[in-house]
Amino acid sequence: MTPRIAIQEAPFDLAAETARLTAGRQDVGGLASFVGLCRADDGLAAMVLEHYPGMTERAIARIAAEAADRWPLLGLTVIHRVGRVEPGAPIVLVLTASAHRTAALESCAFLIDWLKTGAPFWKREEFEGGAERWVEAKAADDAAAARWKPA
Amino acid sequence: MRILYFAWVKQRIGVGEEELSPPPEVRDVAGLIDWLAGRSPGHAEAFANRKTIRAAVNQDFAGPDHPVAAGDEVAFFPPVTGG
Repeated sequence: MTPRIAIQEAPFDLAAETARLTAGRQDVGGLASFVGLCRADDGLAAMVLEHYPGMTERAIARIAAEAADRWPLLGLTVIHRVGRVEPGAPIVLVLTASAHRTAALESCAFLIDWLKTGAPFWKREEFEGGAERWVEAKAADDAAAARWKPA
Repeated sequence: MRILYFAWVKQRIGVGEEELSPPPEVRDVAGLIDWLAGRSPGHAEAFANRKTIRAAVNQDFAGPDHPVAAGDEVAFFPPVTGG
């Protein structure tokens, strides 16, 4: 199982990505997906995403490898957009395929929790009128990632 | 040593990348921050609150005690906010 990892400015197509994971095979019994969207909080005009080219791909590959170690996955896709994203538009896709639902659902949750805290992306919010603000890391995200640490 | 800055660290310093040769007494991430903070008012502002700074050495997250050496790629940035 080779994970598909993409960092891109362009939007992604959930249906096309799903078809890509299941094309030509009959062993997949469950697919789980998470799509993160840009919310229009507080008059947000756009979100601008920056990342650390090179390290981002390494960090996501490592997280994907850990997911593949922990769950019997048949397919895994992570797509994270960078650059300018407007409210309502998708930012991130996590897609997992397995023979059974539990592995697909749990690994999908694991991957998005770890992407939030373990991959070098930063979000800057731009508001109507020109104000801007860097999004601050949330303790709740650290807690969500920590629940996947082996006991 | 290649030093990279991201997000508001980059904005405060004014450049995204510097090629620097720190003195030999700079041995770890914390020592490098101390030395960088003295380079300009922008550097000083960027590194004013160490608790808000994260680092990576050769593209792996690294704590303050992580060693740094000539030839390393060292990056400084705020806590990550992707996903």
